[in-house]
Amino acid sequence: MASLDAVVKQVVSKYGNDRTRLMDIITDVQTELGCVSDEAVAQIAKILDLSKVDVEGVITFYHFFTKTPRGKYTVYLNNSAVANMKGRAAIAKAFEDAVGCSFGRTTSDGLIGLYDTSCIGMNDQEPAAIINGVVFTNLTQEKVKEIVTGMKAGKDVKDLVKEYGDGANQSDLIRAMVKNNIMRKGPVLFAPYEQGSAIKAALSKKPEDVIEEIKIANLRGRGGAGFPTGMKWEFCRKAEGAKHYVICNADEGEPGTFKDRVILTELPHMLFEGMAIAGYAVGAQEGIIYLRAEYLYLKKYLEKVLEDLRAKNILGKNIAGKGFDFDIRIQMGAGAYVCGEESALIESAEGKRGEPRNRPPFPVQKGYLGYPTTVNNVETLCCAVRIMLEGGEWFAKMGTAQSKGTKLLSVSGDCQNPGIYEVEFGTTVNTLLEMVGGRTAKAVQVGGPSGTCISKKDFGRRICFDDLATGGSIIIIGPDRDLFEIVHNFMDFFVEESCGWCVPCRAGNVILKQKLEKIMSGKASTKDVQELEDWCKIVKATSRCGLGQTSPNPIYTTIQNFREMYEAKVKKDTDYVSTFDLLAAVEESCKAAGRIPKVEEH
Amino acid sequence: MSKPVVATASLAGCFGCHMSILDIDDRILKLIELVEFNKSPIDDIKTFTKQCDIGLIEGGCCNSENVENLKLFRKNCKILISVGECAIMGGLPAMRNGIPVKECLEEAYLKCPTVDDNIIPNDDELPMILDRVYPCHEIVKIDYFLPGCPPRADLIWEALVALLTGKELELPYEVVKFD
Ligand SMILES: Cc1cc2nc3c(=O)[nH]c(=O)nc-3n(C[C@H](O)[C@H](O)[C@H](O)COP(=O)(O)O)c2cc1C
Ligand code: SF4
Ligand code: SF4
Repeated sequence: MASLDAVVKQVVSKYGNDRTRLMDIITDVQTELGCVSDEAVAQIAKILDLSKVDVEGVITFYHFFTKTPRGKYTVYLNNSAVANMKGRAAIAKAFEDAVGCSFGRTTSDGLIGLYDTSCIGMNDQEPAAIINGVVFTNLTQEKVKEIVTGMKAGKDVKDLVKEYGDGANQSDLIRAMVKNNIMRKGPVLFAPYEQGSAIKAALSKKPEDVIEEIKIANLRGRGGAGFPTGMKWEFCRKAEGAKHYVICNADEGEPGTFKDRVILTELPHMLFEGMAIAGYAVGAQEGIIYLRAEYLYLKKYLEKVLEDLRAKNILGKNIAGKGFDFDIRIQMGAGAYVCGEESALIESAEGKRGEPRNRPPFPVQKGYLGYPTTVNNVETLCCAVRIMLEGGEWFAKMGTAQSKGTKLLSVSGDCQNPGIYEVEFGTTVNTLLEMVGGRTAKAVQVGGPSGTCISKKDFGRRICFDDLATGGSIIIIGPDRDLFEIVHNFMDFFVEESCGWCVPCRAGNVILKQKLEKIMSGKASTKDVQELEDWCKIVKATSRCGLGQTSPNPIYTTIQNFREMYEAKVKKDTDYVSTFDLLAAVEESCKAAGRIPKVEEH
Repeated sequence: MSKPVVATASLAGCFGCHMSILDIDDRILKLIELVEFNKSPIDDIKTFTKQCDIGLIEGGCCNSENVENLKLFRKNCKILISVGECAIMGGLPAMRNGIPVKECLEEAYLKCPTVDDNIIPNDDELPMILDRVYPCHEIVKIDYFLPGCPPRADLIWEALVALLTGKELELPYEVVKFD
């Protein structure tokens, strides 16, 4: 094996000794060496003229970066709420039994590491895990045994995949067992289209007119926030800067969404063409797609698609002979939900910790490397393609007053047909439940943990920005589920994913979770529920970015919509209950001091 | 009519909050006119001699004695107030909360370069150390919280006067702003 110094030097020079490519540098060093040790940190820092802390700060920020070895084979088992519904506990145990170590650890021989990870975008085929970048879905205890046997025999992880999914998942460059589960095709995303036709249509107009068409369509961002895309592009175009950038947000981190995964698998040409259209509209020649690390298995395939598009002159120089240049590079993430937030994403793409920026300035004013940047969701960019082909008016005929067109929903949980559904905006939850075979639901989580948990009385409401907004995550919760467990799982997620920058979110989510646990334990009073609700409001109102502003929602919306569940848990005859247990609290210190705890007189 | 009775205690705190009570300056004379002190370091009364109206607690609970004391205050005071960050959240002492208590004890009594008898104190007379530092409201019911490290003298004064007179509490921004 090459020496550490040589590896680091070679990797860093591959990226032109450019500190803004630190994500890629760390990724490659880790791939070569298994981890990024103190020595490697020092070496990277030296060559890039950074402090060690700068490098270390980046490594420790991301879930998939590590300073200590996590095994020749590293298993990341998804711990999302839906994974739990689908039997994750038994799968985790099967791994532990077969491997011989517990989660959060690596075997003493350094062969296999077992780790938890947040939603990996496979909610429609859980339980699922990622092993050395390869995705394993619909895990059973049998499959786990086979996989572990294979790892112990030193096999290549790719060879442990026995069956392939449908569509492009079977292609040579993917070869994944992931299934698309496309359950309903709609006119915007899944209607046929001819590659290159949309960018040609765009290039035959002035950029301002492209923006105008998007405005006529009244296209709103599909990433969750629903900001009008035409307006965003116009701001970006008008912002001064030596260059402009287009970034596609393919971080898809909200638990329960996986629709971008399917677009990236089946419609990548459309997406990249959409980025070119955005580039033309805002005056950018460079695009970046920020791809979540969990989708690493798609990277080679996407690179090939980019090559094809260059060969067809849909990307590259002088596109379609119209004098417009545009190209795209792939930026890999490394596991951090907050990097889906656009300013955190930009920080990350610049090789830093993915901490959200203060705004203003907004990314459209000062984004990637300080240049005006439009950040758009995968689906939004695909919509732009269809709008170029069919026109804004056609698009605006579908949907509701504030939400035009269709929405791609990722449906998972307790239903017969999990998968993706392209439905017109304004579809009611009831209609959707009918469609997916989930009529028995007692609750539906619309928009993922950061969204809203609704009860039966609200199933008549519509999925659209005017009513129930969603970036696409729909989790169906059946009649027998313990909703508390699900809410608790969501709070675990936010505690884990808070970037820690601001106190209300860093400490507040921990407090919320502890208070929830108090209620779950049955040792709480009505006042605790009131306090919990108050804390939700504080965290929402005082957090710095969208993560903390929405992280109390699992608790907040269930208190609103399932109050009876909370009331059933609390003691009504008192306004204060303590969970403090003196004997338990002194046990460890007395043991350390070799004394026998005496608590009678207390 | 007899004067309202106030008691105070410093648990796992630094006495900074008590110093802040003294920081009300000459208003302390007014305070003495307004209230009578019972168990408190201010007058050095060690045990409760009567039922009190208001108890002011500085510091959280890091050992069994703190717990006992806090429970005693709850029993003997009509209104109990957490004064300062340590009482409300655990404060500085709670920095140990992320570290297993065994490790803390070993570091302090076994590995520390300035100790030489190398024993973790184990006399039964000593309070037992808790696994972590607890905020007061996790152990007993707390009625009010006065934030700050320490809370400003003005805040303590205003709060006491409001409680004693039933007047609305006035909290100008400067009094509750902490950076
Ligand atoms: C914590 C957090 C996570 C987010 N995750 C994503 C994501 O995974 N994908 C996405 O497109 N937008 C995500 N967003 C929204 C982005 O900040 C941004 O609004 C969006 O990418 C803009 O694209 P759009 O206008 O096309 O929706 C997230 C926002 C927050 C606050
Ligand atoms: S709200 Fe949470 S994620 Fe956002 S900046 Fe604050 S700590 Fe970070
Ligand atoms: S809150 Fe501050 S001043 Fe008061 S006891 Fe704690 S550390 Fe001391």
